[in-house]
Amino acid sequence: MGARLALALVVVVGLILADLRFNTFSYSRAFLDTLLSPVYWLADVPASIDEWSNTHITSRTELQEENERLRRENLVMQGRTQQMASLQADNAAFRSLLNSTALLRDDVLVAELIGVSPDPARQQLIVNKGEDDGVYLGQPLIDADGLMGQVVEVGALNARVLLITDATHSIPVQVNRNGVRAIAEGNGSLTALEVHHVSATTDIREGDLLVSSGLGGRFPAGYPVAVVASVDRDPGQAFARIVATPSAALDRSRHVLLVFSDSRPDEEN
Amino acid sequence: MAVDEWHGYWVIPSTLFVAMVLAVLPLPVVLQHWRPEWLALVVLYWAIALPHRAGVFTALIAGLCMDVLEGALLGQNALALIVITVLALLLYQRIRLFTPVQQSAVVFILIGIHQLLCQWLQTLEGAGARELTFLLPALTSAACWLLVLPLLRGLRRTFQVT
Repeated sequence: MGARLALALVVVVGLILADLRFNTFSYSRAFLDTLLSPVYWLADVPASIDEWSNTHITSRTELQEENERLRRENLVMQGRTQQMASLQADNAAFRSLLNSTALLRDDVLVAELIGVSPDPARQQLIVNKGEDDGVYLGQPLIDADGLMGQVVEVGALNARVLLITDATHSIPVQVNRNGVRAIAEGNGSLTALEVHHVSATTDIREGDLLVSSGLGGRFPAGYPVAVVASVDRDPGQAFARIVATPSAALDRSRHVLLVFSDSRPDEEN
Repeated sequence: MAVDEWHGYWVIPSTLFVAMVLAVLPLPVVLQHWRPEWLALVVLYWAIALPHRAGVFTALIAGLCMDVLEGALLGQNALALIVITVLALLLYQRIRLFTPVQQSAVVFILIGIHQLLCQWLQTLEGAGARELTFLLPALTSAACWLLVLPLLRGLRRTFQVT
């Protein structure tokens, strides 16, 4: 056993050091991810069955009710978008007056969640779209309510997404009301983001919407990220303690959108 | 000991695969911290029952698969699994004589060590947990041992894995 143990330990410690120091395995990991994806498909079977039964084994009345509800929602949405065209034209005109580039609409790709990282300390999702669908490293992921995270690993058929609430993730944001810039860091809890290094006198209050600022070039600007939940200004501290609640339903969304934005790094094209 | 044909060699990989599926099965947020370490339980069982078939290398491969599935530091689960498998291999003659409840006490300690090691390695990466909840799987795993043990023993006897 001694020789085997020594060999195994050398291999493992080597792998840990290589992964930790040099981040050498992104390609082989993506390959292994693809190899092991059946595990995630199998684990997703109960959820798929549940979803299937929700869509296929529903009573007529329930379907009619849902249809009715969606119709109403659709009407409201359409009402709201009527002014969109003129507003967009206005916006484009103003932007050209300011000599800034026109904002482009981002393309999106609908993806489905097939797994979550089993480790509660790690907030990652696995989605069912991969390199074959054009997914790229660093691609932003959103749901109906806000920004969820970014792609950190791309396999052939699926991709791994790091959520904005992961303890190793930070995102540049700005307050929607007045444009104050800040960095929102995840702290490992699904329901909170911490906004660090905002001085105690900065104008930021409870209920403020934080949107992605687009600085750093990773995330496109203007997607809702979080709503400020509490601002704690302690005179003894240099910075205010700000906690925000993520806008996206990080623990509930099953259908998500991968955004193809212009901020995509050039070397990937 | 005469080394004869390896019967039912497919049983060990299959149980490991099922353990991996269980390990990534989506759970409600409330239960997430309580998820038993299924893969570690299965590796431990085979190390104790068939130390000449499942040992350090089984732990290495299973652990690396788990690292990829979890998106963890490559080698994190592997190192933790190797350490507890070696401990089990040193103790297997004694553990076999224990009653299931006594065995589950040993499993509690071993999974506790597993979780601690994982935690330390995660902290290297800056993704460690801030609370002691990472130790909860030791409790649930010890309880699940009472379930896993008869199940895997039944499988081993039915398919005469040697």
